Amino acid sequence: MKVRAQIAMVLNLDKCIGCHTCSITCKNVWTNREGMEYAWFNNVETKPGIGYPKDWENQKKWKGGWWRKPNGSIEPRMGSKWRILASIFANPSLPEIDDYYEPFTFDYEHLQKAPELEAFPTARPRSLITGKRMEKIEWGPNWEEILGGEFSKRSADANFEGVQKEIYGQFENTFMMYLPRLCEHCLNPACAASCPSGAIYKREEDGIVLIDQDKCRGWRMCVTGCPYKKIYFNWSSGKSEKCIFCYPRIEAGQPTVCSETCVGRIRYLGVILYDADRIEEAASVADEGDLYEAQLKVFLDPSDPNVIAQARADGVPESWIESARRSPIWKMAMEWKVAFPLHPEYRTLPMVWYVPPLSPIQAAAEAGQMGTDGSMPDVRSLRIPLKYLANMLTAGDEEPVARGLERMLAMRSYMRARTVDGVVDEAVAARVGLTPQQIEEMYRLMAIANYEDRFVIPTAHREVSEDAYELRGQCGFSFGDGCMPSDDRVNLFGGVKVKNDKPKVGAY
Amino acid sequence: MRDTLFHIFFVWYPYVCISSFVFGSLIRFDREQYTWKASSSQLLRKRQLFWGSNLFHFGILFLFLGHAVGLLTPTAIYTLFITVEQKQMIAVTAGGIAGAICFIGLTLLLHRRLFDERIRQTSTYMDLSILVILWVQLSLGLITLPFSFAHSDGEVMLRLSHWAQGIITVQPVDAKTLQGLAWPYLVHLVLGMTIFLLFPFSRLVHIWSAPVWYLGRKGYQVVRRRPVEVSHVRKSI
Repeated sequence: MKVRAQIAMVLNLDKCIGCHTCSITCKNVWTNREGMEYAWFNNVETKPGIGYPKDWENQKKWKGGWWRKPNGSIEPRMGSKWRILASIFANPSLPEIDDYYEPFTFDYEHLQKAPELEAFPTARPRSLITGKRMEKIEWGPNWEEILGGEFSKRSADANFEGVQKEIYGQFENTFMMYLPRLCEHCLNPACAASCPSGAIYKREEDGIVLIDQDKCRGWRMCVTGCPYKKIYFNWSSGKSEKCIFCYPRIEAGQPTVCSETCVGRIRYLGVILYDADRIEEAASVADEGDLYEAQLKVFLDPSDPNVIAQARADGVPESWIESARRSPIWKMAMEWKVAFPLHPEYRTLPMVWYVPPLSPIQAAAEAGQMGTDGSMPDVRSLRIPLKYLANMLTAGDEEPVARGLERMLAMRSYMRARTVDGVVDEAVAARVGLTPQQIEEMYRLMAIANYEDRFVIPTAHREVSEDAYELRGQCGFSFGDGCMPSDDRVNLFGGVKVKNDKPKVGAY
Repeated sequence: MRDTLFHIFFVWYPYVCISSFVFGSLIRFDREQYTWKASSSQLLRKRQLFWGSNLFHFGILFLFLGHAVGLLTPTAIYTLFITVEQKQMIAVTAGGIAGAICFIGLTLLLHRRLFDERIRQTSTYMDLSILVILWVQLSLGLITLPFSFAHSDGEVMLRLSHWAQGIITVQPVDAKTLQGLAWPYLVHLVLGMTIFLLFPFSRLVHIWSAPVWYLGRKGYQVVRRRPVEVSHVRKSI
């Protein structure tokens, strides 16, 4: 047993209202630079849909994640190290920027400076890559917002596998949900595995996966390697970038920007202890349907004295062990089992988990038949097909998702009985295998969702990882060359891009 | 005057270029890691890149190794196995084929860079220059082929390789031996050295970082450990 700690996240999709505050605040902090305009470290997709970039869940096309070889070991779906190196001159599975979208701005200045005209002046779009006019914008980071576009195109969504999807194209049967996505900070990251330079690494102390911008040489294999397509190639700097889990905030004990600003209070952050020696075994399980259970077995009970002793021996700070005991992630993923990993079949052991959304009862008639005595509707009659959620969260195994949804329904039923009728309904709790105390705790964490319950983040122990005395008087964050500004225009080595050398016309 | 020019271009200039190549690369690697990259433009446009880049890279790798081995192997060693005439035949044939492959790829890449608006606008002037220089250099190399066929005794090849070996081993070199070579050879030599001169200032530095070490990496994952014991904390403070 080798105990390591990970800062993990859970998103309660049942409460996501799709407002995109997470995406916008993240963008404003991290990716509003040349070369990254098209990149959204956090984006919110409307499902069902093909998402951003187009069809990202189709690994037959994009070759992301891992696959299990006939001999039982796993290797990146792109192929062996030889195969990855052989595709270095032209990566056949790299998305083009149009698969994300061509970034654009509008000629806002024209609105103020246009001469007197017959018609109102308009702000027409302009490409942020070439600076040239774009006649028509045909795709964007959220083109399918609230079921935008035709069902025939959206239904290419890979999560429809094994679902009779035609019926859901009809207005009466349509369903939707939001899926906010960010880097999963996997236990078995395929991006790191496919990086020929070894520039992508997982931090031992908190599990955050980062790209060393100094070591990255821009071979762009990680973009293909990541099955979630959450590594973005900065076309301006020529290096790959990704969500950094707001590590400067996490280190200070603060939640990530996306979590802090979430108006629906759907995001949770906390510590999970896991056994690093069991990662390979869990990722190599033969049957994809067992991957969810296998990942659960990697997590270690923070209340177990053996685990605590080993964690201390492996150098996990006391405050982190204490935080792991109070972790909202542990409660939702392990104790109540209402949170699930996104696409465990990619074998990356993702660490951003999701509570599946409840949805209205399928038919109005059935809803009328519902008793008000606390009995719960069958989760299979919910509008969002169970199989669809299972394809997304448990590699197709419906049973765990059904149990999670039932527990959430039971929580509502129990709390309704208690607050409206003043009755403690122990039966409904027992029916889903929980105690009344657990249900009330669930309610406190998931429905009330106070700030200090959602975010249990221990501060980093910098004193064990670096010598602060050496850091005094240094530059802090820079572009990797000490205090030298690499991106300065006058630079022997950097070079000036053709488009930046001309005065900007109309843009901004 | 002619002697002086030859001395400058073929005795001094090589060392200027080698110095720039070596020290420029070292300085950039030391100070400007963030600028050290392959500068792929594949994300912006896939078209023409698959064939262009693959043909170009495999062609140029072969040509580079061919030039290195061909020019720098001492005559005494290879004549143990083949005659000078045979070596020239191999060099011209293999180089010609690789050159043709490389030429197709490079032309595709140059066309893409010049005429694709996205690539053109996001290129640096150095990106454009280096690609044009490579294209001209490759064309010059191909132009020397008919000249080589004209003297199949390998005499020109010997003169060139002795010059190159003299430069590399820092022996006194008489640039007069290169006088009388056809102009494509001479321009090819000067432009070739110029590529080394420009090397550290261009995207070519990615060649230093060819990630062959990836094949030797143990397992797949990279975990950065924090030091378990803080041994480097100054005890004196």
